Amino acid sequence: MNLLDLFTKKSSSTKQATKNEAPAHWIKCKSCNSLMYYKEIENQNYVCPKCDFHIRIGVDERLKILVDEGTFTEYDENLRPIDPLKFVDKKSYVKRVEENSKKTGKFSSVVSGEGNIDGIATQLVVFDFSFMGGSLGSVEGEKIVRAINRAIEKRQGLIIISASGGARMQESTFALMQMSKTSAALARLADEKLPYISLLTDPTMGGVSASFATLGDIIIAEPGALIGFAGQRVIKQTIGSDLPDGFQRAEFLLEKGSIDMVVNRNEMKKTLHDLLKVLLGK
Amino acid sequence: MATYLDFEQKIKQIQDDVISAEVRHDVNAVEIFKKDLEKEVAKTYKNLSPYQELQLARHQDRPYALDYINIILEDKYEIHGDRHFADDQAIVCYIGYIQGQRTMVIGEQKGRGTKNKLKRNFGMPNPEGYRKALRAAKMAEKFNMPLLMLIDTPGAYPGLGAEERNQSEAIARNLLELSQLDTVTVSVVIGEGGSGGALAIGVADKLAMMRYSVFSVISPEGCSAILWNDPSKVETATKALKITSSDLKDLDLVDDVIDEPLIGAHRDREGAANAIADYFISTVISYKDTSSKDRLDQRYIRLTSVGAFSE
Repeated sequence: MNLLDLFTKKSSSTKQATKNEAPAHWIKCKSCNSLMYYKEIENQNYVCPKCDFHIRIGVDERLKILVDEGTFTEYDENLRPIDPLKFVDKKSYVKRVEENSKKTGKFSSVVSGEGNIDGIATQLVVFDFSFMGGSLGSVEGEKIVRAINRAIEKRQGLIIISASGGARMQESTFALMQMSKTSAALARLADEKLPYISLLTDPTMGGVSASFATLGDIIIAEPGALIGFAGQRVIKQTIGSDLPDGFQRAEFLLEKGSIDMVVNRNEMKKTLHDLLKVLLGK
Repeated sequence: MATYLDFEQKIKQIQDDVISAEVRHDVNAVEIFKKDLEKEVAKTYKNLSPYQELQLARHQDRPYALDYINIILEDKYEIHGDRHFADDQAIVCYIGYIQGQRTMVIGEQKGRGTKNKLKRNFGMPNPEGYRKALRAAKMAEKFNMPLLMLIDTPGAYPGLGAEERNQSEAIARNLLELSQLDTVTVSVVIGEGGSGGALAIGVADKLAMMRYSVFSVISPEGCSAILWNDPSKVETATKALKITSSDLKDLDLVDDVIDEPLIGAHRDREGAANAIADYFISTVISYKDTSSKDRLDQRYIRLTSVGAFSE
């Protein structure tokens, strides 16, 4: 808001309302700037029809795209973060959780449950970047471990769809140790010879990238997704120069041999189904 | 020359008095000053703030991994390289004997002096360092040798090459493999336990911290810049993150705190090294009658039960 807005705010309130309506119906592609009608982009699974840019989506949209209609059952939705350190930065952690819950209707950056991918019952863990930057804390780690345990119990495959800035600072070492917690559980899943597919979406960074996200039997990324251990600003500061074009993007990781494939969102469900089918021998 | 932190100036003064009395051969004065020194040290170290403990953890006179290895490991041989890319000097691996016990030691090594700091990359490993560590860990498992890991890093290196060679995977792979490594494993934070780069050699049967070491999800500097948007809030961030050994023991996030000599590891390396050796050997002995399945189950439960949540 600039100074002029302060003076004109009251008189232009009706005008503001119409202005606010616009983004709901028309979505602008961040990559090519073309305007798209929301129905159209929804039908395209939020992939820009002009330039193939993959718009960040929430958990509901993700599940709608990937899971057979009416087959998803959420588990562990009652897990809630507590504030073990009584952490306060500019705001308290308790307050941040409260605000993010109001915004997203959830208590965690992860939704976990069981659903069918073209008929194959699968354990799913989906990150929601809009809840505290998809950060990994105690609740998220516990949900992942329980999903792994359910996969073992029911002899199913596991898919984790990451979108995260990394470990949640407000939980400090508790958050850090979710990295070893989830990795230890994945070792047990591997012992059971059950498939784990890791789907990396924009962005997958830090402690999430450096634990379960890079431990998939198959690692898939969405086009253009930012994926890496260290943040770009930190790397720039450390090396004292600009980063090469496309650095830490999905295609870069594919070229370096760090992931198996980059898959368009419109092909994702078929890809996941086919991989689960062949790995499970179904 | 010893280095003194700002809150240690009184200690420095008395230490200087001791030295000058020694030069004068004034035996009485030496005795009196030494008693003063003891009192002053005890007083100063009893009431350290978390930020002061952080400064001690990073103290340049503090023993680094190689200092400990040189004191406690006998008949030792260094093993080099990840067999794929390079020999990362920020992580060192040695085979030898601690108090007669065959042992593999992995340590994150900071350098002392500009030349060594550069050689050791300031103790910030690249992926090949973690892969070398994993190779050493697997060798320890193969030959049924207990494994001692010494953690001391500001963090895994954030660089172009590190990302190209998949720093994330190198760390993640260690977390997974170390969770199941079939030999007795002990990790000790000897100085700075910086985030995932520290945890990558911190998954073990027992995780201990030296009294004046820290373990943290992010550096207090990074945290104050991100959460407070103000780099000057480092002291506040240090306190909020609960990174000291006593805090983490209270929170049950580490198994044990290893006491340092009263004057700190940075003034008595020998004493600190022996404390680590004793802790390691007594841990190895404590598992003597535990089957490897039970030990691995205990480790698994310990690793997977970490978390603070309600249901």
